[in-house]
Amino acid sequence: MSGILIRGGRVLDPARRFDDMADVLLLESRVEAIGRNLGTPPGVMVVDATGQVVAPGLIDLHVHLREPGQEDLETVATGALAAAAGGFSAVCAMPNTDPVCDNQGVVGFMKAQAQRAGKARVYPIGAISLGQKGQQLAEFGELVGAGAVAVSDDGKPVVSSHLMRTALEYAKTFGIPVADHCEEPTLSAGGVMHEGIVSTRLGLKGIPAAAEEIMVARDLLLAELTGGHVHLCHMSTRGSVDLIRRAKDRGVRVTAEACPHHFALTHEACEGYDTNAKMNPPLREPEDREAIRQGLKDGTIDVIATDHAPHHYDAKEREFDDAPNGIIGLETALGLAITELVKTGLLSLPELVERMSSGPARIFGLPGGTLAPGGPADVTVFDPDVEWTVRPQEFCSRSRNTPFGGRRLSGRANVTIVRGLVAYQRPD
Amino acid sequence: MPTRLQLLDDRAIGRALARMASEVVERCGGTSELVLVGIQRRGVELAGRIRRLIEQAEGTKVPVGKLDITLYRDDLQTVGTRPVVGETSLPDLDDRTVVIVDDVLYTGRTVRAALDECADFGRPRRILLCVLVDRGGRELPIQADIVGSRASTGPDDRVDVFVSELDGRDAVELVRSA
Amino acid sequence: MTGVSTALGKDLVGLEYLSRDQIQLILDTAEPFKEVSERPIKKVPALRGKTIVNLFFEASTRTRISFEFAEKRLSADTVNVASQGSSVEKGETLVDTAKNLEAMRIDMVVIRHGASGAAQFLGSRIRSNVINAGDGKHEHPTQGLLDLLTLRDRFGRLEGIKVAICGDVLHSRVARSNIWGLLKLGAEVGICGPASLLPRNIQDLGVTILPRIEDAIQWADALNVLRLQLERMEAGFIPSLREYNRVFGVTTERLSKAAKDLVILHPGPMNRGVEIDSDVADGPHSVILPQVTNGVAVRMAVLYLLAGGSPDWAQAGKGEEH
Repeated sequence: MSGILIRGGRVLDPARRFDDMADVLLLESRVEAIGRNLGTPPGVMVVDATGQVVAPGLIDLHVHLREPGQEDLETVATGALAAAAGGFSAVCAMPNTDPVCDNQGVVGFMKAQAQRAGKARVYPIGAISLGQKGQQLAEFGELVGAGAVAVSDDGKPVVSSHLMRTALEYAKTFGIPVADHCEEPTLSAGGVMHEGIVSTRLGLKGIPAAAEEIMVARDLLLAELTGGHVHLCHMSTRGSVDLIRRAKDRGVRVTAEACPHHFALTHEACEGYDTNAKMNPPLREPEDREAIRQGLKDGTIDVIATDHAPHHYDAKEREFDDAPNGIIGLETALGLAITELVKTGLLSLPELVERMSSGPARIFGLPGGTLAPGGPADVTVFDPDVEWTVRPQEFCSRSRNTPFGGRRLSGRANVTIVRGLVAYQRPD
Repeated sequence: MPTRLQLLDDRAIGRALARMASEVVERCGGTSELVLVGIQRRGVELAGRIRRLIEQAEGTKVPVGKLDITLYRDDLQTVGTRPVVGETSLPDLDDRTVVIVDDVLYTGRTVRAALDECADFGRPRRILLCVLVDRGGRELPIQADIVGSRASTGPDDRVDVFVSELDGRDAVELVRSA
Repeated sequence: MTGVSTALGKDLVGLEYLSRDQIQLILDTAEPFKEVSERPIKKVPALRGKTIVNLFFEASTRTRISFEFAEKRLSADTVNVASQGSSVEKGETLVDTAKNLEAMRIDMVVIRHGASGAAQFLGSRIRSNVINAGDGKHEHPTQGLLDLLTLRDRFGRLEGIKVAICGDVLHSRVARSNIWGLLKLGAEVGICGPASLLPRNIQDLGVTILPRIEDAIQWADALNVLRLQLERMEAGFIPSLREYNRVFGVTTERLSKAAKDLVILHPGPMNRGVEIDSDVADGPHSVILPQVTNGVAVRMAVLYLLAGGSPDWAQAGKGEEH
């Protein structure tokens, strides 16, 4: 029997309100027991978690693995490894691949690749519309049957309100959320950063906050109308947070995510035309960053997701206007979350685990997110206090496009276990 | 520790300039075709004084111009931070006898630059050089026709010229490094 | 001695990054260069042997010619490279263009490009001096400088002078450079135009918003009238050029109501009858032609100052050799 004993750590399982020093015993691919001084069954590997936190495996609901189509940027395998290195035992992969993940063939392919890699779990997200063209609904039934856990046209907004409504209604049949990238395209057209004083100074076309908020409002109203579950991707403005808070008060079935860069940076990171600060939605003003943080605190924003978006060095090494949007995030997310949210006193560690593990599992209906005995042996062991310097060259991801190179962060995952096997162990 | 020696005091300068002014008139055979051109910055002041002395002696107003040679220096590529460029304004030079006036003649490079620059303005019939101090140390085959005073100096020495219009006093000093 | 603390650095990317002293230095240095252009032989050997490439990704006759005159009058060797379209369209990235130039040992590059930040992008990747001749909507520093010089010539100073920049400020790099330069030199800046053509948060830079052209005319000592481009109408920022002229045009009639004689500037080329009427452009208060003359002098000054050796060499004392 194979197994792992994780000894001497602080076990955090917010789903069961558990927070105590304990050992965790994993046998085969299940959590066997949690308690003090558990004995070591023969043949079981011991992981020393002294001074560290033992949490259910972190789950990232929003990543872009560039396979199929752009394997030079990232593959399912390299992405799954990067996820594990970041402490994630599972990720949900967005469908804007080439070909688009709008049929069971691509869904199956991605699952097979993830299986072969044997690192973090990869749950494909299917497209809302065929080819993500925004016209015809994709076959949600086929997608879910092949293993998709949600649908999204992310990368692009769902422009047609009629299509969004239909998607929300149809998705109810399969019990999956519809995840929307909220962007009103006529307002954002040509924009490359947040519209504000920095874009004025730099002479770059801006995307006003309203471009996001208009679609957030629309999606909330449609969720209310249909009773469907809308999941709002990468929220970035204070207006959005406000709209979501009020909708939740009314009982609308909405969940929302925010990315580390939106709670860590502001539009000032674009100074000097740094293309590693170019993403969509863009970095916003300090007041927006503060609202995102407060939203994570009070649960208006349910989860932290990375929107991990690998790009080639050459692609980012361009004039700001021409550079593609997005940064990688799997290997810096936990460090940023601890540094910016926990060390500042905004969130406690259990609250953080809720935002990064139990919350994501719950809202997408995924296994894991808890260390309940009998559940899957997906565990993250992390040191919340260790200080480290971000060195992109050492990332497991194939890409390096991050604005955090050289930054000192607190907190890092050391061991990530998936299905009872070590998917990643940090070399000393 | 550098030492400072006075070479000429204000009266010595006055005497030298008076002699230089009359030599200028003599060498040019009169003032009819004469144009004085002072090199920025102290050469301009000295040219002004010579002009007044000539006016007192001969009764004629000699045209006088200013020349800034910064843009014609041969060491512009290596000098580092850009020197400030002063004013250049010249009267007509064609067929005139131009007397270039400067405070110190040393390597000769300033005069070479001045000659190049004058050539871009016109074609004088003749050009003469008039300096207050010739300190030797030529790096180019250039000589002064009218000299106020000579000094023998080494490459680590410096000759400072002070004129009352700019510095509040008249003096020529030699700074010898130890 | 002057010069050491005000060294301009390697590149001229924008006036936002220069200090007041640095801008003064450029304006003061432009004075003797004005005189060079009045000589029979309009040439000084100051940049002899330097190779300068005019890398223009946007068509521009006047700016390019002005730079070319400036370069040639300094005795530099110039090469013009005209390139249409973005890197993606052309198939060669700006990075590769830059590296190729560097491999040919170019001393200086004058770049005009459609993307904001292009000059800085180039400057941070090649060792040659880079001069921004207009990058996207960001800055056009030499235009800003020549406008400052022209105003200084007219008023004797810039401190306390009120300048209204009128027109499509949102898309104007000339406006941004002017705002930076004028504010740093102590002038007061107003901007005037249809609200749909004024950038967000522009007042945070310290400028006054003048809603109507009549307000600008009452308030200002000088108007800098920007060119209105047809594309703005096509993109829906304003309904028509005709309406723009009716509501915002600088006309003799409107100027006649001014309390004082306003100085009129325009970066050119003018849309006569749109943002400015012909009789104003050709009238006695227009300094549009002196702007052009000053343009060459200012560009000579910039090239001269940047082409010096590394700013941390040499001491001022070297300037006194004879």
